[in-house]
Amino acid sequence: MRWQSWADFWAMGGYGLYVWGSMGVTFVLMALEVFLARQARLQAEREVRQAQALNPQEGEAE
Amino acid sequence: MTIRWFHYAAPQTFYGLAGRLWPWFAGLATLLAVAGLWIGFAVAPTDAQQGEGYRIIFVHVPVSWMSMVIYLAMAFWSVLGLTFNTRLSGMMTRALAPTGAIFAFLSLWTGALWGKPMWGTWWVWDARLTSELILFFLYLGYIALTSAIDDPRRSDRAGALIAIVGAVNVPIIYFSVKWWNTLHQGASVSLTQAPSMARIMLWGMLLMALAFWMYSIALVLYRVRTLILVRERHTEWVRQLEVRP
Repeated sequence: MRWQSWADFWAMGGYGLYVWGSMGVTFVLMALEVFLARQARLQAEREVRQAQALNPQEGEAE
Repeated sequence: MTIRWFHYAAPQTFYGLAGRLWPWFAGLATLLAVAGLWIGFAVAPTDAQQGEGYRIIFVHVPVSWMSMVIYLAMAFWSVLGLTFNTRLSGMMTRALAPTGAIFAFLSLWTGALWGKPMWGTWWVWDARLTSELILFFLYLGYIALTSAIDDPRRSDRAGALIAIVGAVNVPIIYFSVKWWNTLHQGASVSLTQAPSMARIMLWGMLLMALAFWMYSIALVLYRVRTLILVRERHTEWVRQLEVRP
């Protein structure tokens, strides 16, 4: 391990703001993207279930 | 045995295939990111010139590569869509765009945060940075245009045009550091200072690049399934599909 302490790790040799600003925003945006993709999926599932409820299939156990 | 490509080009078939595949890509993305970050932050040594600041490379280069690769993938699907008029192509292009836009933004963002300590400025209007900014706007333009047109077929065709025409910008980004005098450094895969260190840095970067590839594939497969569901919700197969409550 290259770091003396956690404080040393977060300081990044004086570049902490730049390194963690890069990593942090990348992580946040990707997490947000995954969250939004999940929300869109749930919304689509709701729409499909609504369409199915309006047009129940013959012979299908509802 | 030959692969029946057009069989998988049917949204109905691709829906199932994508559903089986995306969790694997998501798992690989996680494993590769953990390994890449470990090498990048725990194993790779301090850079002789840039100190610890160079570690931005482990995210900057992969997101920049992906921002270009994803645009080319959009152009590829668009050509297929216009040529064969397959429904899946437009949906794939659309599923790629948000991920590409985010990566283009992150390329600019992490670049600014790297430029400030190393060049003394957040931004310069040089060829590399400007062409990447244009790429970001192309993504936004694609998203705005396709969401403004309600008819899916027309929307796909209009989007395909932006994707194909805009693809000219990708080689411009890539070769900009050769064609013009830029503040941006040349290709970073040859970190020439301290060659014994370069290898482990390179490994960290390549692992991160692979992780972003897997993340993109997983997310695009996931997102295209949503698009297929919405577009095909009135078709017979979706009506019979069991959607989790």
